[in-house]
Amino acid sequence: MNRVLIVAEHADGKLNAAVAKCVACATTIPDAEIRVAVLAADGTDVAAAAAGIQGVSRVLLVKNPANEPALAAVLAPQVAKLSDGAAFVLGPSTTFGKDLMPRVAALVGAPQLSDVMAVESATRFRRPVYAANAIATVEVPAGRQVVATVRVASYQAAPGGGPAPIETVAVDVELPATTRFVSVSAARSDRPDLQTARRVISGGRALGSAENFKVIQSLADRLGAAIGASRAAVDAGYAPNELQVGQTGKIIAPELYFAIGISGAIQHLTGIKDARTIVAVNKDAEAPIFEVADYGLVGDLFTLVPEIEKLL
Amino acid sequence: MRHKHGVDGMRRILVGIKRVIDFNVRVRVRPDGSGVVTEGVKMSANPFDSIALEEALRLRERGEADEVVAVSIGPNESQQQLRDALAMGADRAILVKSDAGLEPPAVARVLLELARRESPRLVLLGKQAIDDDCNQTGQMLAALWDRPQATFASKIEIKGDVARVTREVDAGLETIEVDLPAVCTTDLRLNEPRYIKLPDIMKAKKKPLDVVELSSLGVDAAPLVKVVKFEPPPQRQKGVIVKDAAELVAALKQKGLV
Repeated sequence: MNRVLIVAEHADGKLNAAVAKCVACATTIPDAEIRVAVLAADGTDVAAAAAGIQGVSRVLLVKNPANEPALAAVLAPQVAKLSDGAAFVLGPSTTFGKDLMPRVAALVGAPQLSDVMAVESATRFRRPVYAANAIATVEVPAGRQVVATVRVASYQAAPGGGPAPIETVAVDVELPATTRFVSVSAARSDRPDLQTARRVISGGRALGSAENFKVIQSLADRLGAAIGASRAAVDAGYAPNELQVGQTGKIIAPELYFAIGISGAIQHLTGIKDARTIVAVNKDAEAPIFEVADYGLVGDLFTLVPEIEKLL
Repeated sequence: MRHKHGVDGMRRILVGIKRVIDFNVRVRVRPDGSGVVTEGVKMSANPFDSIALEEALRLRERGEADEVVAVSIGPNESQQQLRDALAMGADRAILVKSDAGLEPPAVARVLLELARRESPRLVLLGKQAIDDDCNQTGQMLAALWDRPQATFASKIEIKGDVARVTREVDAGLETIEVDLPAVCTTDLRLNEPRYIKLPDIMKAKKKPLDVVELSSLGVDAAPLVKVVKFEPPPQRQKGVIVKDAAELVAALKQKGLV
């Protein structure tokens, strides 16, 4: 039996969609017994959502007001304690998981595998390196506890099931007070979440201004799509940082991806390699984005995008 | 007893610099799968580490630090990246020499040992190295050092013994406060690193660069993860160029995508 402990990401009483993808990854580990840890102030709804994912055998709920908003330094010692007896400790490769899991790994003295994209056996895994220009197959020692983040773009969410039992547990560890949450500025939007959206429309440097990004918004509205951006567009202030798609931004796998006015730097392509269909609109016929696009359209985006929208 | 201002009263910032394949190089896997091609390939400081160094220099210029120490762990050639760091403005540099590549837990333990010796008020690292893309070392160091971490920083302000850090998170921008000493990892938009000027390269030659053998630090650096092989990623099939918006929309409709 390989016990797998998955750390649930959540906000505002809602379970993050990445957790069901972590479960999907965990189910590919041979002989897995999957538990989900919910560390929250209350967490009742989050735990119920986690218990309703197929493959989960038990949800461990740790209620503590210090757990929200989530701070890695506060969560890590609790997760370390909960991981006792777990062969694998998994978290999503979101900023939450990337921040937290290495801290857990160091506390329990385990190696971490970042961005696991495939499980080949209980000791062999595949993960991207060099901005996914190479895929490494790595092996960890048998019988040694392993911490990992799951590359969520590589997995389909596990379906609903259960419900698994929810166990409220007390974790007796000292929590540090040296890290304090101040604020978060999150854009509230009715659009689908960029990381889980089926369709994504991204804009690049060629948009030329934040004002011009409305061309992207308009098409996204028409298609019920999430909005993304290239690093160049974010650096230039045309779009906020949380929309950045690429090696150091978000790695996404939508069914349909529109790259508009994006030349296609290696770092951006890393973020969209798993998209089912890529459409590129760019005035430069030599732009590298056309090397990966399923459909390329060469021309002025300010003419073509409204045309596309009208034809939909 | 932890010394807030270093053993010698210096308010010090430790900056990690990793020598990696330059971010502009198109990395290729060796035909035998043993690694990636490095022969004749341009090597540079990890871009996130240059951002970390720039931030350390700015903090020193704002009077929040007295000394900036650049640290690299790697082969002897990493001296080149440390000389660049000195030319950019670091006061001194330390190379922990290791020909074998170290995994993040081992790097964190080496940095912990240096933190014990140097008593920095801040350790600034890149959020990830663009070769192994691990994004682990800073968080691991913070855990081992039992100090706060502020990862993916896009703004750092120090007031007294507290750093207020704005972080780039999936939801947007999060601000946290951490008591110093702390570990901070940098994101892309923290700053734009300065260019190195020729006279500074000359000056940097006179700055101290200590070379320490990894074995002399007494740190367990044994690898835990074995890389079995490297493979090139599956290539996407090159698609078609459509002549106009109508042809594009027709194709998408035919595939049931819109």
